[in-house]
Amino acid sequence: MSVNPELQGRVFLPTPPYLVGREKIREFAKAVFATNPVNFDVEAARAAGYSDIVAPTTFPVVVQGLTLDQLLAEPDAGIDFARVVHGDQRFTYTRPIVAGDELTATLTVASIKTLGGHSMVTTESAMVDATGAHVVTTISTLVVRGDE
Amino acid sequence: MIGIETLAVGDVVAEREFALSRDSLVRYAGASGDFNSIHYRDDVAISVGLPGVLAHGMLTMGLAVQPVADWIGDPGRVVDYQVRFTRPVLVDATTGATVLVVAKVGKLDEETQTARIDLTVSYGEQTVLGKAQVLVNLAGA
Repeated sequence: MSVNPELQGRVFLPTPPYLVGREKIREFAKAVFATNPVNFDVEAARAAGYSDIVAPTTFPVVVQGLTLDQLLAEPDAGIDFARVVHGDQRFTYTRPIVAGDELTATLTVASIKTLGGHSMVTTESAMVDATGAHVVTTISTLVVRGDE
Repeated sequence: MIGIETLAVGDVVAEREFALSRDSLVRYAGASGDFNSIHYRDDVAISVGLPGVLAHGMLTMGLAVQPVADWIGDPGRVVDYQVRFTRPVLVDATTGATVLVVAKVGKLDEETQTARIDLTVSYGEQTVLGKAQVLVNLAGA
C-alpha cells in the first residue's frame, strides 16, 4: 500500500466545533511542563489583557488530531498509520487561543512528495473561531515509511 | 516585558532541564489524545523496531517552548513555532530521560518588533529537534 498522490490539494470538510475548556488548557499545560501563570490563572491572564487563560503554543495539536483522523479515515488515502512518523510541525498564529474559544479546523493536503521509498505528506489545518476569524494554522508533515 | 533594543543575536535568553519519566508520557498521552502505545509499552515499541518507549515528539516540542514563554512573560506573544523531529528521546522505565533546552536570539526585526529565538534541544550528547524556531512578538514592550 502506498500513499495516493491524488490526495494532494484535497480539502476536507470543516471539523465539528471544538470548545476549548479551561480545565483542558490546564491539563495540557501541566503535561507540557508549562509554569506560566497566564496558562493557569484567570486573574493573571486578565492582567495580561486576555479574556481567560491562554492555551500553550502547541495546544492546537489536540484539534489537529481531529483533522488527521479525517485524513487516515479517507478510504483512498493509502496511509498505514503503523508506518507513520512525525517529520515536522509548525504553528502560525493570528491570535492566541483562550478558554471559551470554539475552534473549527479545515484540513488541506498541501503536498505529497516521495523520497527514497518514503512518502512525505504535508497537511495544513486552518483553525477559525466562532465568528469565522482565523486563529491559528498548524502545518504538519507525516513521513510514511515505504514497504520493506 | 523585554524591549527588542535590549537584545543581541546570539544572546542566551533561557535554559532549562526537563526530567521526563514514563509518568510524563502517560500524562501527555491523556492531555493530547495521542495514545500511540509506542509511548508507554516497551513490547509494542520493540515490535516495530524501536529500542524502547519514546517520548511523543509533540511532548518534546511542547516543553521546549516553555523557557521562551517564561522569559517573555506571556505565552500569548509566541506567534510562530516550528520544529523538525530529527532524533527520538528514549525514556527508560526506571531512570527516565533528561532533555536540555537552550534558547538563543537567532534574528531580530525592529520593523515588525519580532525576535526569532532558536532552540537547541538535546538529550544526552545529541540534539533531538532541528530548525526549532520560535517567533515572539515584542511590540509594545
